[in-house]
Amino acid sequence: MPARIQPQPFDLAAELRGFGQGAGAVVTFSGLVRDDTGQMTALEIEHYPGMTERALADFGAGAALRFGLADWLIIHRYGRLSVGEPIMMVATAARHRRAAFDAADYLMDWLKSRAPFWKREIGPDGEGEWVAAKDSDEAALDRW
Amino acid sequence: MKLDVLYFAWLRERIGQPRERIETDAETVRDLVAQLIARDDWHAAAFADMAAVRCAVDQQLADLDASLTGAREVAFFPPMTGG
Repeated sequence: MPARIQPQPFDLAAELRGFGQGAGAVVTFSGLVRDDTGQMTALEIEHYPGMTERALADFGAGAALRFGLADWLIIHRYGRLSVGEPIMMVATAARHRRAAFDAADYLMDWLKSRAPFWKREIGPDGEGEWVAAKDSDEAALDRW
Repeated sequence: MKLDVLYFAWLRERIGQPRERIETDAETVRDLVAQLIARDDWHAAAFADMAAVRCAVDQQLADLDASLTGAREVAFFPPMTGG
């Protein structure tokens, strides 16, 4: 049941080996770097060392309690990433699929708006634009 | 008291440094912001729109009225964009 923050890529298949053994359902989600403008050369992710680890561990523990998870895993990268690269993943394991799906959805909503990461889109000139937080991401937290 | 003040994303850029150690008698985050604004134009620019600023006290999200009693580290940053 770990939360990990790292600059290097992760191997989804390797991470899932042995994950949730004995549980009936495993759900995984991964986020990839998307270029909405057609002008992006890279995505830069800044985070708050110390608080990030603590926040992710809290979200995972909260999800485990609320959805009765047998296991969970959160990996989130930081630094400079190219378009198409994986940014992050969550995996949840539960007895039945509904709890596993809901827990993954819950973790994503918390990660979007309450984990101390900030994204900047780097353009062809090397200049960056900070990505603005979306009201819809904030509103999504009210579901829980 | 001595306090480590950290800045992230565009707040860090506007202030021109990622962290500073300050001596302060601020009782709340709001008092601290007022003192920082009074320091120079860079701090004033960073805190011009407090609706766009979030904060954490000792690495826990907090609001402007949060007490700084016993606090060691305060961070200011824009709304988070993880995931």
